[in-house]
Amino acid sequence: MCAICGVLNMNDHEPMKPETVRTMIAMASHRGPDETGVYLDDHVGLGHARLSIIDLAGGSQPMSNEDGTVWVVFNGEIFNYLELRRELISRGHRFKTSSDTETIVHAFEEYGYDCLERFNGQFAFALWDARSREMFLARDRLGIRPLFYTIRNGKLIFGSENKSIGAHPDVSLEIDPVALDQIFTFWVTISPRTVFKDVLEVPPGHYLVVRDGQTRLERYWQLDFPEQGNESARSVEDYAEELRETLIDATRLRLRADVPVGAYLSGGLDSSAITAIIKNHTDAPLITFSIRFENARYDEGGYQDELVKHLDTRHRAVGCSSEDIARVFPDVIRHAEFPILRTAPAPLFMLSQLVRESNIKVVLTGEGADEFLGGYNIFKEAKIRHFWAKYPDSKYRPLLLQKLYPYLAQSPTRARQYWQQFFRTGLEETDLQYYSHMPRWNNTAKLKALFSEDLRSSIGAGDGFSELETILHKDIMKWDPVSRAQYVEVSTFLSGYLLSSQGDRMAMAHSVEGRFPFLDHNVVDMCSRIPAKYKLRGLNEKYVLKRSMEGEIPDCIVRRPKQPYRAPDSPCFLGPNAPEYVRELLSDKALQQSGLFDPAAVARLMRKCERKLGHPLAAKDDMAVVGVLSTQLLHRHFIEEFDKEILQARGTPVKSTVDVDARSATICAG
Amino acid sequence: MESTPTKKTIRDFVFENFLMGLSEDELCDTDSFLEKGIIDSTGVLELVAFVEESFEFDVEDEELVPENFDSVVKLETYIRRKKGGGDGNSAS
Repeated sequence: MCAICGVLNMNDHEPMKPETVRTMIAMASHRGPDETGVYLDDHVGLGHARLSIIDLAGGSQPMSNEDGTVWVVFNGEIFNYLELRRELISRGHRFKTSSDTETIVHAFEEYGYDCLERFNGQFAFALWDARSREMFLARDRLGIRPLFYTIRNGKLIFGSENKSIGAHPDVSLEIDPVALDQIFTFWVTISPRTVFKDVLEVPPGHYLVVRDGQTRLERYWQLDFPEQGNESARSVEDYAEELRETLIDATRLRLRADVPVGAYLSGGLDSSAITAIIKNHTDAPLITFSIRFENARYDEGGYQDELVKHLDTRHRAVGCSSEDIARVFPDVIRHAEFPILRTAPAPLFMLSQLVRESNIKVVLTGEGADEFLGGYNIFKEAKIRHFWAKYPDSKYRPLLLQKLYPYLAQSPTRARQYWQQFFRTGLEETDLQYYSHMPRWNNTAKLKALFSEDLRSSIGAGDGFSELETILHKDIMKWDPVSRAQYVEVSTFLSGYLLSSQGDRMAMAHSVEGRFPFLDHNVVDMCSRIPAKYKLRGLNEKYVLKRSMEGEIPDCIVRRPKQPYRAPDSPCFLGPNAPEYVRELLSDKALQQSGLFDPAAVARLMRKCERKLGHPLAAKDDMAVVGVLSTQLLHRHFIEEFDKEILQARGTPVKSTVDVDARSATICAG
Repeated sequence: MESTPTKKTIRDFVFENFLMGLSEDELCDTDSFLEKGIIDSTGVLELVAFVEESFEFDVEDEELVPENFDSVVKLETYIRRKKGGGDGNSAS
């Protein structure tokens, strides 16, 4: 993978400075430790830091077309590049390298913006057409790779990470109060908003065209489901077979690399499916990695061992304790560039370090299966609430929730009334597009009680729901309830948190590229056509995936209860062994400095959590500790102490493999 | 006792979701789910949800009784009554 960055003079005519682009690139060198490259002309500066994976010798960037009139900087992979290349050569294009990057410039020459529909990949790129003076910024369908931008003083400034954007002299990062309101409700900001004020992202499935001082945002792909009642009548065996074939193709494509490729093995169904496919349907050696939690409640080692034995993989594991999580957490936030409400990214940060130390640059992982094949509890909960909502006063229907949350069955009568009341909130609003997510969001929104007065007044009166509604599919209410829940989950949680804070940022922190067969757009399209009853069969999740992998993975994995990937949360930051930075960042002084949270409320929260240490914490208190701490870390690093980072990056010598200076001043002088 | 598509749907669901480890022929169509310990109270609700979804009708609280749900045969009879119009009465 890589980092891209750049500056485009939209209305401004300030000369391009190579030092600016070099500093921006140095800020993201963790994404591309192998090479760097810069292209400059009178209007644009493009920067690139490379993690070399395909065409190690020839694939340096920035890269151009045959006559140097089209330049691209690209982060990602175009997996079907071999097929695209053959087609483009037959249409007369001449290639200088054997990289996938080069297919982008030629495909653009051939197909224009429609080239995006032909790419099977994960990508964020900036393509500069020097003849028409047009910048074309594009991002893959699901937001696997990041792409942020801002417009300041007549300049478009973009980058793979906010650190690069923040390093531009015209940019001073500020936290967006409305973003915090959204994060402490939806867990994410609503695209294109980011946590930084006036910094946007190119939304997944979109591209941005910048020309003559104007920007134009267009969508080229949107997740879609069939209308309820219109699902095709094929058998589940039929779907299972098609899913298997599509998944095998997607996996094979993602093994294309000039370096060895590994895989994550969590012990769950999804990563087991991927690794089984690698073993049974490809010639690739199987090199696997996993996390072992010191706390048995989170550990899946038993299942991992079973799979390692069954698949005969070369396996390495990293041990993760609460102390480890607390220790790496500040770095986790530095890389995530976002507040988080649970610590789950931290073990993945440690896992990518293990991968890097094993000299592996690429791993295949199972993200996406839960979203597209109905794996999450939130889908089951939605189904149960719809079932209950038919007869809201039924004595029996709410009891089905006990199947999902067995601890509810143990609660005494008074507590039962309480949890029923909790789930009953908004029960009958079944015609809300995001009905499925309201219990989660309502619970999370209670965290806003910790906001400071200042933050509250900056947020003002609006709520995130009107923004949310702009990103929902216009036909969403025509779909069955599970499909609706899937759409909401994909367009918020998947791209806004799972693939970014937990995915790309954690892997890239150690220069590791993640690849996701379940997110192949052919797999996604195929899964969207599968009727909901085969994804969630009663309350049996991912049924069609289990059917398709029968015989390829051990029965114990197929039958095992779903265990959502979680890590120990707030207890990592409590107790006598908690690191000093926690106490300092949550002190009155530090809280007043950031001005985001009410010091008295935070102090109360911490006292309560310390008192209850050793006993289960309420989910919302758990989220609150992690949320406040991560936001404080974000503010400390990106707002208070960011200049230090920039100075350090400026001082880093950058030796470029590609160094093209096409500025007229340079050409005249030379 | 002859099989019908409805019975097969019911048997498949019960087998998939509740008969961990038991083989299909260990469940007769007339066996009581509760007595055989196959389905517990939340399991019954799962069965209700499944029946509502698969056969496209709603189960009233008063109809949620063993007479309608406690065996493959009883369930099939109940479903046929609800779908065939019948007299709309619940447990006989």
